[in-house]
Amino acid sequence: MSTRLSRGGRLIDRSKSVGFDFNGRRLKGFAGDTLASALLGNDQMLVGRSFKYHRPRGIVAAGPEEPNALMNLGKDGHFEPNARATTTELFDGLTATSQNHWPSLEMDVGVVNNYAARFMPAGFYYKTFIHPRAAWKHLFEPFIRKAAGLGKAPKGRDADTYEHFYLFADLLIVGGGVAGLQAAKAAGEAGLSVVLLEQSAQWGGRAPVDGAVIDGADADVWIKDAVQALENMKNVTLRLRCMGAGVYDHGYALGYERVTDHLAPSTLPRHRLWRIRAKQIITATGALERPLSFAGNDIPGVMLAASLRDYLVNYGVSAGDRTVVVTNNDDAYRTALALKEAGLEVPLILDARPAGGGALMEACIAQGIRVETGKGISSVKGGKRVESVTICAQAGEGAPLEEVKCDAVAMSGGWSPVVHLWSHCGGKLIWDDAQAHFKPDHARPPLGADGEGFVSVVGAANGELSTGDCLSDAHQRAQTVIKALGATPKRKAAATAAEEPMAPMAAVWKMPQGAGYKLRSKTWLDYQNDVKVSDVQLAAQEGFESVEHTKRYTTLGMATDQGKLSNINGLAILADSLNDEIPKVGTTTFRPPYHPISMGSIAGEASRELFQPVDKTPLHGWGEDNGAEWEPVGHWRRAYCYKRNGESTEEAVNREVKAVRDSLGLLDASTLGKIIVKGPDAGKFLDMMYTNMMSNLKPGKCRYGLMCSENGFLSDDGVVARLDADTWLCHTTTGGASRIHAHMEEWLQTEWWDWKVYTANVTEQYAQIAVVGPNARKVLEKLGGMDVSKEALGFMEWAEGQIGGFDARVFRISFSGELSYEIAVPASQGRAFWDALHTAGEEFNVTAYGTECLHILRAEKGFIMIGDETDGTVIPQDLGLHWALSKKKDDYLGKRAQQRDHMTDPRRWKLVGLETVDGSVIPDGAYAVAEGTNENGQRETQGRVTSTYYSANLERGIAMGLVLNGPDRMGEVISFPLLDGSDVKAKIVDPVFYDKDGEKQNV
Amino acid sequence: MSNAVSALQGVSYDGYVKVTEQGLRGMITLRGDLASAKLKTAVSKLSGVKVPAVNACAFKGAYGVAWMSPDELLILCPYDAAEAGVAQLSKALKGQHFLAANVSDARAVFQIEGAQVREVLAKLAPVDLSEGAFQLGQLRRTRIAQAPAAFWLKDAGTAEVICFRSQADYVFELFKRAAMPGAEVGVF
Repeated sequence: MSTRLSRGGRLIDRSKSVGFDFNGRRLKGFAGDTLASALLGNDQMLVGRSFKYHRPRGIVAAGPEEPNALMNLGKDGHFEPNARATTTELFDGLTATSQNHWPSLEMDVGVVNNYAARFMPAGFYYKTFIHPRAAWKHLFEPFIRKAAGLGKAPKGRDADTYEHFYLFADLLIVGGGVAGLQAAKAAGEAGLSVVLLEQSAQWGGRAPVDGAVIDGADADVWIKDAVQALENMKNVTLRLRCMGAGVYDHGYALGYERVTDHLAPSTLPRHRLWRIRAKQIITATGALERPLSFAGNDIPGVMLAASLRDYLVNYGVSAGDRTVVVTNNDDAYRTALALKEAGLEVPLILDARPAGGGALMEACIAQGIRVETGKGISSVKGGKRVESVTICAQAGEGAPLEEVKCDAVAMSGGWSPVVHLWSHCGGKLIWDDAQAHFKPDHARPPLGADGEGFVSVVGAANGELSTGDCLSDAHQRAQTVIKALGATPKRKAAATAAEEPMAPMAAVWKMPQGAGYKLRSKTWLDYQNDVKVSDVQLAAQEGFESVEHTKRYTTLGMATDQGKLSNINGLAILADSLNDEIPKVGTTTFRPPYHPISMGSIAGEASRELFQPVDKTPLHGWGEDNGAEWEPVGHWRRAYCYKRNGESTEEAVNREVKAVRDSLGLLDASTLGKIIVKGPDAGKFLDMMYTNMMSNLKPGKCRYGLMCSENGFLSDDGVVARLDADTWLCHTTTGGASRIHAHMEEWLQTEWWDWKVYTANVTEQYAQIAVVGPNARKVLEKLGGMDVSKEALGFMEWAEGQIGGFDARVFRISFSGELSYEIAVPASQGRAFWDALHTAGEEFNVTAYGTECLHILRAEKGFIMIGDETDGTVIPQDLGLHWALSKKKDDYLGKRAQQRDHMTDPRRWKLVGLETVDGSVIPDGAYAVAEGTNENGQRETQGRVTSTYYSANLERGIAMGLVLNGPDRMGEVISFPLLDGSDVKAKIVDPVFYDKDGEKQNV
Repeated sequence: MSNAVSALQGVSYDGYVKVTEQGLRGMITLRGDLASAKLKTAVSKLSGVKVPAVNACAFKGAYGVAWMSPDELLILCPYDAAEAGVAQLSKALKGQHFLAANVSDARAVFQIEGAQVREVLAKLAPVDLSEGAFQLGQLRRTRIAQAPAAFWLKDAGTAEVICFRSQADYVFELFKRAAMPGAEVGVF
């Protein structure tokens, strides 16, 4: 059983007890524990069930490579699935539950899959669930979904907040072990701006656990000094709990800081995503120990040798009283020595190498530990925890030689450098035969914009596995990087470490070498996704020869640990099965992030009310106080209608529609785009931008204009006013302001760069209020000021002056068919002017109206709306807007495109009005059917509805639509089928439903 | 002009830096040939400062001039002086190709005050805010999260940020969040 020892544990504070909750049980750990070390300290070896077979799973590792100990953490809004116990720091009140089991961790029904394992080999989804077809949806898929899967998806909204942080530096160093610290010291002393990130909560990495001696003292001493020296450098930024998550083009890198994960939930940002732009990057990300592939290597109690040592040294936790060590390299002997020193039993060390190890082996023998060389594990016995191991000759087929009782197994299959960050942006790898691992090929680094490498790898991540080599490699490569950055390295040598003599390791991909099918099908490669040696071999046998195909077929390395433990072992098996060399088989692609990061951190501040900017007009506050029902238009919020005293939306809209036609309405039109176009060539420019003439507009006059894309499609519309001889003011649609401004600038900057035209987007400078209705003039005259009479300010004219003491620019334009003035005042005075209009308009039943009323009024008049009548496929000719297409001009944007065959096709659907026979309202987007069916057996269509409303003024449904030969079919009745099987009949009519002669707007 | 109110009417938040909406500020967009002697004279006559270099800004009293693009300047002035400023520029530049527009009402201005002003900005803007890179006398057109914005340093511990008036609420909320006590990054 695993337990907390009475002494030891360099990272824990035994004076501070910490309570936490696991699967509803109250447990205790110490400050400084990880959830994993605290669980082991409480003899909780079983921590989860595997994905496919629901096999019992225990903690294997002590860091981010852990495949098994995935937890649901927290509750409600702070709930998070798939959190690694090994990287979760313990805090008082932490709640965790294990995953993928039902009804409980100890009694799991799904384990029946385990007994059916031989029916669920690699690719079994593809093979098994093909027939009958219907069974997939109704039987297989629901079953598999219930049986498989890891953490639960959170149900509620994430209660935490997140933020970003942008940082620029000469040098980013990822990894705060001794190599990273050494490199940071060199770069810091050279005066460069340096950022050093470490994913864990401590500096120094493995060195202190491994008993490294640096500059004649314990590694801890050197680390403390190095960190202190770095903290004193103003040019160096140090950050713990911040993982280098990814390296991208142009020196862009992400740091994932877990700001409050080690604390109880708070209102502070939980994670901070560092968006770093570095000129050079050094990764000092260390190496990960590999498991050995023997039968039963997934039984709880089988752990990586160095991780088992971590728990012992860092947390004073033992995995068991009797630990068998099995290895192919010298490092694992350190675990045996550490166990001995802690007073625990090591009944046996199995070294797969015929000649065994070097000095560390001698030290173990001297301690009286039995060492068997050339031997390995044939199988591990045990269910929910290890009971014994059977040993065998490594060279044989696994014939049992002896059974040894034990409650833990420490395995080491060698070390794989963490090359992920090097590889993210294209760094290549080479195979190191002596160490049996891939390491960075410094001749082929990720390249920056200048064609030079921008990432270096140092220390264990570079395949330098001894402390001394780590330090000198880091120092040396740092010197190169410092020079590449144009700085001068200070003449300081690397720290030196005590010799750590090691005998060569030997590659061991299967244990024993000749393991038969029975053993191989119990030998796990990928713990999380339940991929065994036999699965990879089967994939190879079935023709999945590419490593990428094998990965996807077997799901090797596709779990949340992304194969940190399994990839190299898996591809070695694949290479063996294909009779090929490992470097020829190659690796799968390393993609960021190195370790899963929260979605919240990616979103940063952009959630809830800050998800997107909400643009508010100066009158927004009035709307909020007066029942506005908001609708998004671009980034703006516009009032759809203003509800009074418990009105429904419909009632409010109908009231507004009638009030405007009867007396006086006010519309917040501030969102309309306003672009000043000025210069000697402005007229010529606008003649190109608009389909109609703008150059001949007289100052003081307004003209409605259409804009098309160069493909001829209608893009925007609005009223243009000529302000003076060389200045025009172009109004755009609400959503079009920025787009049309950019469109204008693009043509000016790329095509007509020699034309003398300047533009300025002044949309937000003005609050613009439409004063509309038969009493519009009266209310303005009541406020007093400039002459707004028909004589002084005719239809489609504008003037400047004062109204009610406000500086105003008044446009006599109408989008409703009523007498109408659009009045622009400085935005800062918009609210005051709006209030003044309301006060003055009281006697005229002044009514603020929203966008729906605006739409109905314009539809009653047959005015088109960009985005309703247009959808990117509609040209002005479709809408009967020929009058706005200038024939006097040589050219305008879209003119040529509008002459192409498809555009001049008489069969293009054309705009008409639609009047339902029974007065009802046709649903939006409805299609009119024609006789017959098309080649797909679908009913032929002959038109569609583009706008449809109930008109309170006409007391009936009105609509506009595009209909085949529509304008030639006036009076004809066409049919719009509804979803319920019935249909609506509508008569084709002129689109102008109200005041056809336009008398009302001309008064 | 007594009716004129700024977007958030001087609201402020005391976090680990202080965030204050600055009320109304006069602003004039001037587009033209920045190398022309006539324009240079007109600008310095109005503002009291010279046309600044690329990415730079300069201030004198209530006036200031900021470089916005190769053919655009932003002139800062008292709110009540903007219309007259446009008129003065228009008169001085008569006959030249230029555009001068009063954009005072289109904007909101925030002041961010405190020793950690740089890092609060660095939470929201993709800008190198280290002391060596972003200095007094520089103006940066960028974004504050998703809002277009520009900012400059008034002094070592004070920045001014301008954004569109319609997005003042959004920008203020962003700064409030970024300046929450306890959320210090501690880098600059």
